[in-house]
Amino acid sequence: MATRRFVLKSGLAAACSVAAHPLMSTVTFAAAPGDHRLVVIILRGAMDGLDVLQPYGDPALAALRPSLSPGPDGGALDLDGFFALHASLGDLMPLWAAGELAFVPAVSTPYRDKRSHFDGQDLLEAGTGEDVPLAMQRSGWLNRALQGMPGARAETAYAIGTGDMLLLSGPAPAMSWSPDARLRLSPQAERLLGDIYHDDPLFRNAAGSAIEIVSGGGSDARGPTAVADFAASRLNGEARIAAFSLTGWDTHARQAQVLRPALSRLSASILALRSGLGPNWSKTTVLAMTEFGRTARENGSGGTDHGTGGALLMAGGAIRGGRVIGNWPGLGEGQLYADRDLMPVRDVRAYAAWALAGLFGQDRGRLEAEVFPGLDMGADPGMLS
Amino acid sequence: MAIDFPELAAIRLGYGLSPNQPPPADAAAVLASVPRAQSMAMPTTMADYRRDFERWQVIRKAQEKADTAPNRAAFQRIRQGMAQKPEIDLMRRIARAAIDPAGFGERLVQFWADHFTVRSKNFVSHVLVSAFVDEAIRPNLSGSFADMLKAATTHPAMLLYLDHNGSTGPNSVFARRRPERRLGLNENLARELVELHTLGVGADYSQTDVRELAELMTGMGFQPTGDRIYRPDRAEPGAEQLLGRSYGGRGTDGMGEIRRMLDDLARHPATASHLSRKLAVHFLSDDPSPDAVAVLETAWRDSDGNLPTIYRALVEHPELEATFRQKARQPFDFIVAAVRALGLDPLRVQRMEQKPRRRDFVNPMRRMGQAWQQPVGPDGWAERADDWISPQGLAARIDWALDLPGRFLDPLPDPRILLKQALGSTVSPALAAAVPRAESEAEGIALILASADFNRR
Repeated sequence: MATRRFVLKSGLAAACSVAAHPLMSTVTFAAAPGDHRLVVIILRGAMDGLDVLQPYGDPALAALRPSLSPGPDGGALDLDGFFALHASLGDLMPLWAAGELAFVPAVSTPYRDKRSHFDGQDLLEAGTGEDVPLAMQRSGWLNRALQGMPGARAETAYAIGTGDMLLLSGPAPAMSWSPDARLRLSPQAERLLGDIYHDDPLFRNAAGSAIEIVSGGGSDARGPTAVADFAASRLNGEARIAAFSLTGWDTHARQAQVLRPALSRLSASILALRSGLGPNWSKTTVLAMTEFGRTARENGSGGTDHGTGGALLMAGGAIRGGRVIGNWPGLGEGQLYADRDLMPVRDVRAYAAWALAGLFGQDRGRLEAEVFPGLDMGADPGMLS
Repeated sequence: MAIDFPELAAIRLGYGLSPNQPPPADAAAVLASVPRAQSMAMPTTMADYRRDFERWQVIRKAQEKADTAPNRAAFQRIRQGMAQKPEIDLMRRIARAAIDPAGFGERLVQFWADHFTVRSKNFVSHVLVSAFVDEAIRPNLSGSFADMLKAATTHPAMLLYLDHNGSTGPNSVFARRRPERRLGLNENLARELVELHTLGVGADYSQTDVRELAELMTGMGFQPTGDRIYRPDRAEPGAEQLLGRSYGGRGTDGMGEIRRMLDDLARHPATASHLSRKLAVHFLSDDPSPDAVAVLETAWRDSDGNLPTIYRALVEHPELEATFRQKARQPFDFIVAAVRALGLDPLRVQRMEQKPRRRDFVNPMRRMGQAWQQPVGPDGWAERADDWISPQGLAARIDWALDLPGRFLDPLPDPRILLKQALGSTVSPALAAAVPRAESEAEGIALILASADFNRR
């Protein structure tokens, strides 16, 4: 698509206007905060950690799960003699072998007992507990982290997809983009749009950026990894943080069938990031987190219901992977939360906070007070290499 | 550029111009649209919610008992039916807004439903959001603000959304009998009531006020299967002090005292200031002048929050023309304005099947940043133009402007005629020059609908 003319035109116009659009300025590359990349994937619907990372070495598992989480005997892939990986994530095994994949088996947000997806996701993205005023729950922790990054600009962080991402909402400038935007304009229409937006900086700059993004794309905008492909392309440019969400984890019935496509999408997305990022993968950390786990016991429909503790998945060349990080609370008598759910042994926010500290040099005091108010980060889990 | 009142009123106070209806001739014609918006021929009500809830319970229990293929199918069917409720509501709202000749009443429905934002947290309660608009907002459109405040605050949709339904007085009979459940207050409704719905975040109130207010409201709650709205055994005993006045306490009427408190909050001068500014921000400018706000605030105070008086002050506002095009149309307004400008049949839009309505309306609105009935927080949708005219938001509008007209109109209208239909005398010279130079009718039409002229109001 011929876009140069429009961009050139809007770029020139921006240069003359008082409030030059940050995306059009030319001094920005050096100002990008560091070389590390962070991708946060929100798994909406509550992923069953016990099926994804199957603790087959725990003697209580088999009785809780007659048909699900079968361990290596049922096709899962052994990781360390205690945990096995769900077969649908098999494509990620090379990452495990390369130390680029890790799991934390039993974490949660501070959200307890009510088990609503909406509230659970809000708290996961807000990064707060329920004890803070609602006003504080209205911005996302990634946005608050951005506010503490010198040199961060709109292009530094991307929320990708059409779902609202509370995670990146807030006062700090961040971009949002959906790769299915097409903007199939003829060169003439593009020129004419440039004309009609010329005297309106808001429209001129928004359209200029949009056309620039579309012309830089080129992947299949509707394919299953469109979002991850787009994330990789921006992270290879000036972006350092990307966030998107994947759905399909609410497996109340027939979990064996229902979970498969969701896991395949997650696996394909991680592999797309890896191949798309190329050499930059070595500086990348991916955190895939969900609002809460699911019941330890399988229900009568071959599924699981809303629970508490769940698993956190990490990937990337920047992590010290190939291992399961953190303690295992056990599934036996008296070890479950409320006698039904996996007991969370650590706040999932602590891992996100340590990632922000390690990747972007964020200060611990600020992380515990502003990014994740009320969090005690505890000891460094040593997840980054 | 001098703009005559009818065009100004249609674009700024309604949903734009239409080839099928003349714009409202005067203030009276604009205001006449308010009573029309007060009722629906077939309103969504709490009875719909109760029916859905009971059906859901029956199916869920049946499926828990026996996981058979028919039970599973029934479960899926009801779930899918419920999941479609928000988009059916969207189509109804688009049609309703597009069909009204002045549109001001529907704009007000949009404004107040956003002021009192509620959101559903599960499939079963999707229908509650529509019931809230039809039961708490529409019938109170022409009364006092106090009446709307009371209806909104006590509606089950609000109680559920702001987590009030589980709020229990720590010293109530109910909580003391169940020490193991550690029941207690939830302050969300109380906080949003003062911070968002009435006084405003900058007003002079304290955390103690919020807590006392939360305690006063503890008895208020509902059961999906009953009509009762007050549960005395959950109420925190004793009187509560709010902004220097005392409410509740031994021997008083629980709901009566909550309503008296809401009347006082509605009447508070800070509420008049907060709401007057909010109306000016929504209808006039992202940054209204103090004078522009003062016009509305005077009307508010002089009438003690009588909404028709305030609406008249807005319609006759001296800055209505001076602030022209300082606002960006939100995606819903943009889409309705396009439906009107193109002269599409609103009933045809309303009756669309699931697949095309998702393709043409539901999903594009999500891309534009306004997923129907899903604002991020209780403060509702953003007002500022730059929140909507982002690269992603504008790209979605341009894409829609390219795609939609051809799906409804064959042959496409002449862009030069559409230009006049859509914008009347308000067309900018740049747009007037660009449209005839487009290579195709589709692109000419897209230029009009994607233009700043059309996307601002």
